[in-house]
Amino acid sequence: MRFFLAALKRDLLLVFRHRNDIINPLAFFLMVAVLFPLGVSPDPAFLSEVAAGVIWVAALLACLLSVDGIFRGDYEDGSLEQMLVSPEPLLILVLAKVISHWLVSGFCLAIISPLVAMMFFLPSEGYLALILSLLLGTPTLSLMGAIGAGLTVGLRRGGVLISLLVLPLYIPVLIFGAGTVQAGAMGLPIQGYLALLGAILVFSIMLAPFAIAAALKVSVRS
Amino acid sequence: MLEVKNLFCERDERVLFANFSFQINAAEVVQIIGQNGSGKTTLLRILCGLSDAYSGEIYWQGNDLDEVRDQYYLAMLYVGHLAGVKGSLTAEENLRWMMQLDKSLDKCTIATALKQVGLYGFEDVPCHSLSAGQQRRVGLARLYLSSAPLWILDEPFTALDKKGVKEKEALIANHIEDGGSVILTTHHDLKIPGQTIRPINLDEVDRA
Repeated sequence: MRFFLAALKRDLLLVFRHRNDIINPLAFFLMVAVLFPLGVSPDPAFLSEVAAGVIWVAALLACLLSVDGIFRGDYEDGSLEQMLVSPEPLLILVLAKVISHWLVSGFCLAIISPLVAMMFFLPSEGYLALILSLLLGTPTLSLMGAIGAGLTVGLRRGGVLISLLVLPLYIPVLIFGAGTVQAGAMGLPIQGYLALLGAILVFSIMLAPFAIAAALKVSVRS
Repeated sequence: MLEVKNLFCERDERVLFANFSFQINAAEVVQIIGQNGSGKTTLLRILCGLSDAYSGEIYWQGNDLDEVRDQYYLAMLYVGHLAGVKGSLTAEENLRWMMQLDKSLDKCTIATALKQVGLYGFEDVPCHSLSAGQQRRVGLARLYLSSAPLWILDEPFTALDKKGVKEKEALIANHIEDGGSVILTTHHDLKIPGQTIRPINLDEVDRA
């Protein structure tokens, strides 16, 4: 546990020193929200209808954009090698890295999502659904994205490959996430959707760290 | 301590070594020599468990390396080409993290280690504003902290000045006197005071 906290602290400190890493996904998220009504239609009735889907797609892409960097810095300066020859368990380390990624991407997105929802005239009943679905859904995005990041960290240009590897895994989260918001906005019960998002999250917390650790080992050792 | 039997490694369809066997005993310095591209780094990475591109057996204290990996990593210190020093962290933060990763770094305090590598007064400077040699020193400060018996060092003296190299040679001599062993590659004329260096020449190993 102490090791976990130390790893988390180090990663958050690193992000704090490179503030771009926090601002990038948030800026992307906000830009989509600002540009979409300009490009399509500013009509409130239309926007509130598509809000759930557009906000979730923007959040998903913002996560995908930043996920490539989870291990890249550590790979390039040799820190990752030191992590692999450490007696400390790689699983704990990987989990700490994913959580720190989530805190600066998904968690921040969930916090600012009401602002975007307001820009899309989302009915106020949908706000809680939006925040909850992002809080439950984005950790899964970070976990699954980290599998792709681990597999492609040894490649010089892994960005495109990551999207190909990870997008299919993101689709269920997108469907249930956007579904939650839609149901919430219409005043329908959202517990069922949230339960599904939670189930996907529990499943990926259990399995993804093993896959990520194995992917990193493959990337470094080959 | 470490025994390698019938190592075979091929890279990019070129055989680097075949039927390659050697061992590293306690209190011994082994220098891997060979031309550029002869597989020095590859060999060291194999010994660290950072490469799977080989066949053969490696034993640590008589046990198969795969079975005693945790013990091995506690007893082994690896400093690679890339020192694993984060540019945006300070020297002190870097070392503190390295101590978290490797519990055998417990010989002295971070302040003492930094003083010994000549970085006294630079503790709070982010490493990206240090010179290449100073960054290298941050990575090598681990050697002062380490109580691990086996050190695997890949070109540890790059970018170090003459005085720095002398100090590291003295440090290695100390480590050997304490019964530890060192396996390293370097293009420097290595002189460890009071010790003979056993060379392993990769240009002369079997390739068939």
